[in-house]
Amino acid sequence: MSCDAWRDKLDTYVDGDPSQGDLANLEAHLRTCPSCAADALDRMRIKRITQVAAATRYAPSPQFRLRIEKSIQKRGKQVWTFTWIRVAAAAVALVLILTSVVLWTQHSVRQQTLAELLDLHVATMASANPVDVISTDRHTVKPWFQGKIPFTFNLPELQNSPFKLVGGRVMYLKHYAGAQLLFELRNHRLSVFIIQDQPGLVPLAMGVTTTRQMAFNLETWSEGGLRYVVVGDAAPEDIHQLSELLRVAGHS
Amino acid sequence: MSDLARDFGSFEELAMPLFAKLYNFAYWLMQDRAAAEDLVQETYMKALRGFSSFQQGTNFRAWMYKILRNTFLTTKAGLKAGSFVSFDSDDDKLSEPTAAGTPESVLLARVEVETIQSALEKLPVKFREIILLCDLEEMSYQEIADTLSIPPGTVMSRLSRARKALRALLTAKLQVESQ
Repeated sequence: MSCDAWRDKLDTYVDGDPSQGDLANLEAHLRTCPSCAADALDRMRIKRITQVAAATRYAPSPQFRLRIEKSIQKRGKQVWTFTWIRVAAAAVALVLILTSVVLWTQHSVRQQTLAELLDLHVATMASANPVDVISTDRHTVKPWFQGKIPFTFNLPELQNSPFKLVGGRVMYLKHYAGAQLLFELRNHRLSVFIIQDQPGLVPLAMGVTTTRQMAFNLETWSEGGLRYVVVGDAAPEDIHQLSELLRVAGHS
Repeated sequence: MSDLARDFGSFEELAMPLFAKLYNFAYWLMQDRAAAEDLVQETYMKALRGFSSFQQGTNFRAWMYKILRNTFLTTKAGLKAGSFVSFDSDDDKLSEPTAAGTPESVLLARVEVETIQSALEKLPVKFREIILLCDLEEMSYQEIADTLSIPPGTVMSRLSRARKALRALLTAKLQVESQ
């Protein structure tokens, strides 16, 4: 092999990166060739001085180092904070979705229950025998339910009111037995449903709710573990007046 | 401690020991203090953002130098350096290596630190960076290949040309000084 060919391998020798086969042969050549040996020494010397010259040339200031360290720590905190914000936002979104689903479900069940009670009222109006106990006397109607439903209730004194008790019957809502009472107001007939306030049956546990459905007016409230629903084609004020009478009777 | 917090902690532990060397390398590339600081800062921020993609157990030093070098190529100085063509072509007009006893060899024996620094600054960036990675950072040919994203064979040929160019600059300078 010529010296030119050996010199092509001198860089790998100087850099300590020759193949094992080359290393042995190259060292053998350098022992016998002063020219190539001198070239290798020149390269080694330049490499060594280059290392010193380049290494000691530029040094960063302590302020710059501090700035970089702070940037890394700040960035870490930012990402950490951002991650928590994302987690919190996801949690809030999940809560909102769950709340919406629960509310929508409750609304749906409530609408379904009220529609069912409305159907019962309409069916009663259409019936030739709308009630099973016919009496205007509350002391006759109330005892009639004894043993037929798993609770009892009070009926209002109607002597000085525009309302007249027609009678009552046992009704069923989602397999639960309850009372349906029929009242008259002028030419209007109003149903009063009294059922046990089962969870999920009519999810309106708190306060009084008035609503309008299929042109019928309704008022509902919960008291003493019972759910009251007054429904009819009378004005909302009339529905409310009867409801008030029932609430007063419930307290007595 | 969370994985995220541990990531930032381990990044700092791995990256900060390289800080001074990266800065020195950046300065050699940019030849300007403010530009070198910008380059190092951008390198660290890019590395931090991409640290999750760094494969543990691989060469972190080469990874950092690669980010710095790629960032450099997007700077004004880097774009200018990138406009140099055919560093690795066979059309090599540089002088041949010297032989023992030649006047060039005698001159090279007088090389000093300042002379090398001056010659390195005059070298094209692609020659300067490969000499620095090899001689200063003592990277293996494979590490240099990873850092510069070139094949190991190209590392060897480019390094050979870079050294010839350096020697030519040194010889010329020493000749002028000796006259």
